Amino acid sequence: MTSINLVENALLVSIQDDVTDTEIVELQDTLSNRIAKENVKGVILDISSLEIVDTFVGRVIAQLAGISKLLAAETYVVGMRPAVAVTLVELGMYLPETRTALSLTHALTQLRRA
Amino acid sequence: MPDPNETSSRPAVAEITLATSRDVVAARQAVARILKERGLSAVRITRFATAVSEITRNAIVHGGGGKISIYLDGRNEYLRVECRDQGPGIENVTLAMSEGYTTAGGLGKGLGGAKRLSHGFEVHSAPGKGTTVSMSVKL
Repeated sequence: MTSINLVENALLVSIQDDVTDTEIVELQDTLSNRIAKENVKGVILDISSLEIVDTFVGRVIAQLAGISKLLAAETYVVGMRPAVAVTLVELGMYLPETRTALSLTHALTQLRRA
Repeated sequence: MPDPNETSSRPAVAEITLATSRDVVAARQAVARILKERGLSAVRITRFATAVSEITRNAIVHGGGGKISIYLDGRNEYLRVECRDQGPGIENVTLAMSEGYTTAGGLGKGLGGAKRLSHGFEVHSAPGKGTTVSMSVKL
């Protein structure tokens, strides 16, 4: 399951490894509504429990980042496993609208400056 | 390269029916668990489990569901995953494998990407006859 929590001025989204395609599409919907309603500066996607990110999940992450940018919130992806990064590059997946941060603390520091 | 005749003579280690996106998760987790037990590195497990995720999703989205079977070859050198569906089949496998080609509004990186992430990769398909993808990883 996936959880969304308000941390400082950002929505912290934790995506679990057993997330299904259906759930991740629902997340896009829920998250965009919450960004608009709660007027947050950023979205932090914690993918540390994801053992794999395939083209579908990668595409949804890229779309989430695009949507939140349009709603004036920056997206940070935190906790990407090295093996996931290697595989994404091999798949030719780039996440152009997405900033990555090594940790939640780093992402929050960036958002405080914004 | 894995010898398909040799692997097919051994019973499957696991079989999973593919009907919903939850089964894609079950399939990739099953493959990852077996590879972890065999002591493969995180990168190699992630690469192959990602390939399995792409192919099993294809079987559901394009093939209307199917089944995956997981095999070990006779010398325990390869793990092979066979994914079958009874869908409409692929008319032009070479075209479907090419970068950026998509019929489902995706990125068109799935099939070619899965091939790059596997050691052995074969697609057998014909219109009206469904699709079988066989992919393997060296243990």
